[in-house]
Amino acid sequence: MIALPARSPEGVITSEGLACDLLCFATIEQYPKLVRAFKNAGFQMAIDVCGVDYLEQMDRPLPEGVVATRFEVVVNLLNMVKKERVRIRVQAGTDNPEVASLFDLYPGVEAMEREAYDMFGILFSKHPDMTRILMPEDWEGHPLRKDYGVGRVPVQFKEAPGPR
Amino acid sequence: MTDRIRTAPRPDLLVVETSEGAQGLQSRSETSKDELGREVGSVLRVSGLTLDPNDVDFDRQDDETMIINMGPAHPSTHGVLRLMLELDGEFVLRTKPVIGYLHTGMEKTGEQLTYTQGATNVTRMDYVSPIANELNYSMAVEKLLGIEVPERAIWIRMMMAELNRIVSHLVWMATNGMDLGATSMMIYGFRERELVLAFFEKTAGLRLNLNYVRPGGVAADLPDGWQDDVAVICETIDARTYEYDQLLTGQPIFRERMVGVAPITAEEAIALSVTGPVLRSTGVAWDLRRAMPYLAYDQVEFDVIVGTYGDNFDRYAIRLNEIRESVKIVRQCLDMMPKGDYRVQDPKVTPPPRARIGESMEALIHHFKLFTEGMQVPVGEVYSAVESPRGELGCYLVSDGSSKPYRLHVRGPSFVNLQAIPLLMRGGSLSDAITVISTVDPIMGEVDR
Amino acid sequence: MALEDLQHNFLTGRIEDLVKWARRASVWPATFGLACCAIEMMAAGAADYDLSRYGMEVFRNSPRQADLMIVAGRVSQKMAPVLRQVYDQMMEPKWVISMGVCASTGGMFNNYAIVQGVDQIVPVDVYAPGCPPSPETLMHAILTLHEQIRTGEIMKRRESGTPTHLGHDNGNWTPEVPVSVRLGTPK
Repeated sequence: MIALPARSPEGVITSEGLACDLLCFATIEQYPKLVRAFKNAGFQMAIDVCGVDYLEQMDRPLPEGVVATRFEVVVNLLNMVKKERVRIRVQAGTDNPEVASLFDLYPGVEAMEREAYDMFGILFSKHPDMTRILMPEDWEGHPLRKDYGVGRVPVQFKEAPGPR
Repeated sequence: MTDRIRTAPRPDLLVVETSEGAQGLQSRSETSKDELGREVGSVLRVSGLTLDPNDVDFDRQDDETMIINMGPAHPSTHGVLRLMLELDGEFVLRTKPVIGYLHTGMEKTGEQLTYTQGATNVTRMDYVSPIANELNYSMAVEKLLGIEVPERAIWIRMMMAELNRIVSHLVWMATNGMDLGATSMMIYGFRERELVLAFFEKTAGLRLNLNYVRPGGVAADLPDGWQDDVAVICETIDARTYEYDQLLTGQPIFRERMVGVAPITAEEAIALSVTGPVLRSTGVAWDLRRAMPYLAYDQVEFDVIVGTYGDNFDRYAIRLNEIRESVKIVRQCLDMMPKGDYRVQDPKVTPPPRARIGESMEALIHHFKLFTEGMQVPVGEVYSAVESPRGELGCYLVSDGSSKPYRLHVRGPSFVNLQAIPLLMRGGSLSDAITVISTVDPIMGEVDR
Repeated sequence: MALEDLQHNFLTGRIEDLVKWARRASVWPATFGLACCAIEMMAAGAADYDLSRYGMEVFRNSPRQADLMIVAGRVSQKMAPVLRQVYDQMMEPKWVISMGVCASTGGMFNNYAIVQGVDQIVPVDVYAPGCPPSPETLMHAILTLHEQIRTGEIMKRRESGTPTHLGHDNGNWTPEVPVSVRLGTPK
């Protein structure tokens, strides 16, 4: 487990994560500053950004002091020199989730943030191109939300033999 | 809230069923300076969004350029990739990939399937290297479960993953050859691929979408006489790579279209989160097999191939040489394959042997529970990654303690690498666009998932 | 009698049989690779399986030059209108093979994103099972189609009505308007 980098915002709660060197919990306000501190500390690459909808898991186990919200944005950063991985879990809000975009720091998150918007409806402010990416343009709803149905069509076998 | 989402400037365009409105490339008059800078890639060279005015040809008018559409049913886009290109004569100014034409909802389906069934789902993402997907998913589940797989399973996994890397790069060599008009390469690539696929079929029962690597180990032990098959594969593929070398590397037309075309620098590649051969072509020796070893990659000898210029030719040379390195690893697996179990003997994770089901009630119950309910995975979340033939393949898994994942997210390397395409194509001619798509090697199943 | 002694070689037959024979022997497929099955379709065209034995090695990139659309892979809601457009651009006579379970029924992906069977969008002649079908299965499907062409009628345009497996009284079938395209949001 590594320490938080210099000039991290105050009040960031850290813990030991599974298969990563540091797991941080940030609020919406702390998030951009924290990522900037990590970038200055040598984390060159934002390897992954994704959203999670915890609609049915509002009482999930979190370290003390973290206020759980319905949506989380999970960011994985990579330090290619020291070979360290850091995971940041941002509590992104419940009703109208919106967090700052990391595009200024890591231009490579552009597509991943668009995907999180498309699938969960999480907005990323200051993102240059906040559009859908995977679903058709006129689609309604955000499919990976827990209150969105799977869209399963009941299967009916035609000319199937009757029950034995 | 809605004013922050970009909508199509002309919603009437959506009346055409195949138009995707704001997802496509907008005309210049409707594009702000920031967006233009992003599309030409100039934001990557400076920190923040301060643009170099010389870099963005902002003063061009709409009627000087032309926006054309390429795909999603275009033969050289390797599947259903759609690109919108802004052309000045024959030269490409701006490019925008429009994706989602193969969006399968696998992350949603993954939440409906148990952990035991999950491998069937993820194996269909990157259909050219299914083993990498299964491996990635299984390793994430095993990390959540906190189990260690037996030594033999590790080595079988490693050997299969490397054989799969060979197949994947062979398919790449074949399709890349076809895109450049070297049709013989297409025939050769698929010929050698059949050799490996025959072994896969013998081992796992299928040619593609194997579902062979599963949480807890692998589905079945290697078949009798596997050493002979693998030895033949190694020998043949190794010899044939020198044939490809002769066929392509010195070929003048091939060199004209590859050498020095579409270069990318290491800074740009890292800024765009690009991994895999595209990153290594810029000289960054970043290979997860070496940097953060998983399986038993720290016990075998192989070289990480890097390029220098980051151009098309480097990306070709890296893939060709990676086939040879993979053959080297497979040969070592052949020599060092340990004996023992091919899966964990934990009845909560893997089914009991077939013979025991007939005689032991307990085994029968375990078998029944495993295939109806699936295994219980402790609460937690994990991000685990492997080096797929296209780059870092990651899996973010959230478990709520039940037998189904609460959230399954896969970081597809093709999805992220695709962002380099506008940068690589800028300033090149339209015919070079074909080689750029080819050498970035996006597999659309993984892009759209 | 040697062949060179023959002054005139000729065959006789009904025009219908000749046309069917000619059509059957040169079905040109359109490249419509979507997913996993596309790789197997390419393998079927390559060295080991060699589709050119059936006069089919010419995969046409332009739908206007193609007779057969092999829908190789899962069809998403976003792809459906494109697929229909490509089909409409093909000249008559045209045939469709639905390759793999995803194209035929949606396969294991019974969810919001995938069209549950490409026969909701275009009429299908032959379904090839498998996930993905091996090249042999695809070749069997192709030979089945050849047999259909050989024994079918030449002047009959593709009916805008019901595909055979649904029976003729099924009023829900309107393939001319792509019904499942943009199904909208499932609730």
